[in-house]
Parts: sequence; structure tokens; C-alpha cells
Amino acid sequence: MKKSSKINRRDFFRQCSRFGCSGLVLSATLPPLIQNIVAGQSGHQNQARWYEKIPDKRVKCKLCPRECVVDDRERGYCGVRENWDGVYYTLVYGNPCTYHVDPIEKKPLFHFLPGTTAFSLATVGCNVDCQFCQNWQISQIRPEQADNFDLPPRKVAQLTKEAGAPTIAYTYTEPVVFAEYMYDSAVEGNRLGIKSVMISNGYIQETPMRELAEVLSAVKIDLKAFSEKYYREIVSGELKPVLDTLVLLRKLNIWTEIVYLVLPTLNDSDQEFRNLVKWMKTDLGPDIPIHFTRFHPQYKMQNLPPTPVKTLERAREIALSEGIHYVYVGNVPGHSGEHTYCPDCQKILIQRKGFWILENKIKNGKCPDCHKVIPGVWS
Amino acid sequence: MKRREFFKRSFLIGAGFSFLPVSRFCLPELAATPTTSRVVEITHPKIRTGSGIDSSSLEQLLDQGLSYLYQTENPRHIWSQLFSKNDVVGIKVNCLSGEKASTHKLLVELIIERLQRIGIPSGNIIIWDRLNKDLESAGYSINQTNRNKVRCFGNDTIGYDDRLYINGSVGSLITRTLTDLCTAVINVPVLKDHGIVGVTLSMKNFFGAIHNPNKYHHQAGNPYVADLYEFPLIRQKTRLTICDALEAQYEGGPPFKPQWSWPMNSLLLAVDGVALDRVGWEIIENKRKEMNRPTLKEAGRQPEYILTAGKKNLGQSDLKKIDWQKINL
Repeated sequence: MKKSSKINRRDFFRQCSRFGCSGLVLSATLPPLIQNIVAGQSGHQNQARWYEKIPDKRVKCKLCPRECVVDDRERGYCGVRENWDGVYYTLVYGNPCTYHVDPIEKKPLFHFLPGTTAFSLATVGCNVDCQFCQNWQISQIRPEQADNFDLPPRKVAQLTKEAGAPTIAYTYTEPVVFAEYMYDSAVEGNRLGIKSVMISNGYIQETPMRELAEVLSAVKIDLKAFSEKYYREIVSGELKPVLDTLVLLRKLNIWTEIVYLVLPTLNDSDQEFRNLVKWMKTDLGPDIPIHFTRFHPQYKMQNLPPTPVKTLERAREIALSEGIHYVYVGNVPGHSGEHTYCPDCQKILIQRKGFWILENKIKNGKCPDCHKVIPGVWS
Repeated sequence: MKRREFFKRSFLIGAGFSFLPVSRFCLPELAATPTTSRVVEITHPKIRTGSGIDSSSLEQLLDQGLSYLYQTENPRHIWSQLFSKNDVVGIKVNCLSGEKASTHKLLVELIIERLQRIGIPSGNIIIWDRLNKDLESAGYSINQTNRNKVRCFGNDTIGYDDRLYINGSVGSLITRTLTDLCTAVINVPVLKDHGIVGVTLSMKNFFGAIHNPNKYHHQAGNPYVADLYEFPLIRQKTRLTICDALEAQYEGGPPFKPQWSWPMNSLLLAVDGVALDRVGWEIIENKRKEMNRPTLKEAGRQPEYILTAGKKNLGQSDLKKIDWQKINL
């Protein structure tokens, strides 16, 4: 099924540069390792963990709320899980299509080991189809349409350690669709003292999320909007299960940050911002950071202009006025809304520019001036 | 029959030409007023020899089916009317479900024979589907490069055009077989029930032309199937649909489920893929009724996308306006 071409150094760097992080790859470490990396063998070796068998060789996927009922020899909506003779398989286990070393701020996680790097990987596939997807060339394709690496969980952990990164990030596409691989990589990482973070849309069922939470240290959720209509029409998903995931993560005490991509005219009204942050304050508390980020035309959404910076500032003001403590402006490098401010004394605690930390004043998880405890994972 | 007479007769008798993209281009006023489309359902009850299909009987089905579709006594002329020697003809089969529920190889061989007779070189005939392994599982042999023979390969071999094609709800990469290689397409789907979208026939067969069909099955494929079928690339290149109903399936599809299959021993032929789908849907509903299965609506998977395609003027979805000819040989 998959192409079994070897990847050479040139191809590897070409792939890296496709996703805009060529400057951050492990240039010193990777070349000798690449020689061991070939496109993975595909097929039906890795049975999915969250599904049930139903009559007539059908299966029902229990990984995401979509609950695809999949016939024999068919695939689920994500395109990376296949029913073969009544058994459901993941086709992407151990086969990322890309990996890089990124600053953790790129995820973005601003309250999680700031200034460190994360070994970041993705397989192909996604369980929604956002019309504005930035990475659709990998998220909206099937495994056989990509050149994939053979990178089993143990090797993920090993490469992360060799890169000196304290964290593995499952990102770029939708890690829910490679949950088994994510889980096992996180276990291998934890054995070496490496943390794992999931960069996700939160469209996942409770059981797999609970199991994953046992091995994850932080989660970033893309909350695409605060209306079912938007989720239905723009995302091909549902809002309610994502909100449920956020509440669950809070209950499970997993460090969580939210990203809200602001699309002109579609999810940028004052009322929607206000409804969102009010819900956050009530159901999650005021300390969950939210990043209002700038949209740029992508994929099927070419008819809108980039989000005006003023819109992001308006969203930030509304969130702050409603009592959310950590509100960021994203995708606007150099904006003052990138910094972390102490909610009590208002002093800048972490000064950022883009993905870079200019100064971090937080000491032992506290503001150095007023000693306010700043929530997050700092060590 | 002369070329001029042929077209004249075709228009007069309403063989579905109003839905040919070429005719839409030439006579745009037709696009607004869908006329009758003809669908031929032709059956040969004695087509089977033991467990196989008798070649000469199938040949009769194909040739006479085309004769009825175009109301001409010499079906061979039709091939030369539809295709030129310079065409690269793609035969879009459906091979997802192994040998027993895929487009019969014998039928494809007969189609190829007819294309070769009008002077199309073997190398300019391409049998294609999504994956090499699907084609192989249905008995086809892969040949990507030898242009002395009919070529046969999956999208996984040839790849997809880099451009993202967008229409309505669908945004997809399209196989290079369709964008770069073929100048004409013969669509050869299989008459089957589909567990999510109701039925899988002409329009749905083009899910095998895009890179992300998994994204377009929910809501029983509506409006995705119709939106895809509206792509100019598909509309302009598809010249004929021959639906393989030798073995049909009314439940449990698309994988082969012998308990719900029946030897229909038929071909469905049309120029208008929407009309063919509407007829195919009706055949499956009738069979479901006969076998005491719930209607597709009751099963929660009525193929509304066929009606959507009708509303979009891609073809005729009103059964009353379809000239459904049932021929028994």
C-alpha cells in the first residue's frame, strides 16, 4: 500500500522546510539516524484499541465522537483506520509522515516549560475537515499518499532524548487519529523522563481521553468556535464533545491551553467571544490560557482576508474584562499580547517574540514581584 | 448511418444527450430544461455457464444495450462516434470489494476490444481505480509503463494533481489519470447497496478519483457525491456509463456479502449518470422490498445525493422523466 521509498537527506530537509521549521530541525543529530529511517510497512499489523465489533464484519469506532460504522475493507472518516475482515486496524502506527524539533511556544503552549523544545511528530489523517486547515496536505490525506517514516515508539523516545528535548509533541495533524501510537510513544518517553503533550482538536471520546491523560503532561485544544453551526459547516465536527473534553481535562488536572483561531465574520463577534470566555470562566476557571490567533487564507478558505489585528485585540480585551487571567494574541509576532502578565501586579513575567522567549522572570512558578502563583508546568 | 444522422436521431429520441457536457456547451439552453434521459436495463437470463459468465452472451448484452440506448442497429458505430483514435480512454472500474463484487474483468475486456476496433491503440486505454491492490484483488494485472498493452494502475501509482479542486462541499486532489492522462472516460461501476450512502453507482464511483473520499460519506454522501460529480473535469470527460449488474447486491455493501447478492444478469447503460443512479436506486429498493428489508429511507441512508444532483441539473433524477427501457434477451 505505502510507497516504500527510502528517504535521503535532501528529501528529509525538503519535507522539513515544507512546514516552515527547517531552521529548527536536528541538523546535528539527524543525519546518522536518517539512514535507519525508511518508509514504514503498512497493512494490518496494529489493531485499533478503541472500537467494537458489530454484526456482518462491521466495526464501530469508539475513538472519536463520530463513531464511524465501518464496513469490511472500508475506512473511517479519518482515512487512517481500516476494517479488514471484521477487525479494525490503525494504518499509521509507528509511521509519522513528518517530525521536527520545535520550540514549545510553537504549539503554542505558553505555560509549559517555556523556552524548551519539543520533538514534534505527526502521522497523516484527521477526524475533521476544517476549511481553513494549514496542514491539509498531510492532515487530509491517507497513509499511502505520503512518504512515511518507520519510527516506532521506542525510537521516538530515543530521538527526543538525543535531541535534548524534554517533551514529545503530537501535533501538526490530529493526534487523536493516531492515539495508539501517541499513547505508546508517551509511555516510552515517560520511561526516559520525557513528557508528552497532545496538540489536538479535542474531538475524542471520554474513554480514550482518560487513558491518554494517564501518560500526557499537557494538552492544547483548538477550540474552533463557540457555535455548533460553525462546527457543522466549517469544521465538519461538533462543538459539544470538544467542550466536554476540556471539562474532562480540567477534572483530570492535565495542564491545558486553548487556541481560538479567529476568522473574519465567521466566529469573531463580540457576543461569541463573550459567550466563550464566560463559559470558560464558569466551567474551567480563569486560569486556563486562551490564545486568540490570526487566520491566514488556506485550503478551502481562500475567500477571507487575514484576521485584522484589532479583532484579536478586541477578543483579548473581552476575555480580560470577563476575568480570564491569561489571554494571548497569536500569529502576530512582536505583539504585546504575546507576553505573559501577572494577573495581580500586571508586570510582564515572560516576554516573547514569536516563538522565542526574550525573558522569563517566573521563579518557582511565581511572580517575582508580588509572589502570585502562576499556573502551569514550569519544571 | 452518417454522423449527422446519428446525432440528429440521438437528439430526437432523447438518448440523454442533453446531459452530455459537450451538448451543454454547444446548446446551453438545454441545461436549464432537463429532458428525458434514457437508461437501458438489459438482461440475459442465460448468461451464466456454471460459475462463470458466458462471453458471447455478455457481448450481446453490451452491444444490444448500446443499440437500445442510441436507437441504432449498428452498435459498433457508436464507439467511433463517442471516441476518436486520438483519445486516451480511461475505464473507471470499481474494485474495492474483491473479485466477487467488482467490475467484471470480462466486461472490461469486451469494452477494450471495441475501443481497439475503432483504432484506439492499446496503450491509450487505461483501466484505473484507487489502488493497485484493489485492482489486483479483482483480477486485473497492473501495467503502468508498457504502452504496447492496455495500461492498468491505481491512483497510488500515478499520484494526484497538485491543485486542490474545489466545488461546493468538496475540496480534493484528483488523480493524474483523470487530470493529465485521459481525454475520455467510460464509467463502469457495480450495482450495489452502500451501508452509508445508500447506493454506490455512477456518481459515487468517482470517489475513486479523489484523494480523500473518506471525508465525504457522512450525511449519506449528500451533497458531496453530487458536488464531486459536478466537477467539470468529470463531466466533460465521462462519455458513457455502463453499470455492471451481473451480480448485484441489495444489502451489506459495498463489501461482498453473498447472502444479500443476487444474479441480476444485467447491464445498465446510460449517458446520464444521474438517471442511471436513479434507476439503480429503484432496482435496489424493489429488491429490498421483495426480500423484506426496510427501505433505504427507513434504514437511514436514502441516497438523497441523487436528487441533489437532479436539482443541480447534472442529470435527470425524476423517475417519471426517465425513459427506463427494460430489455430481456
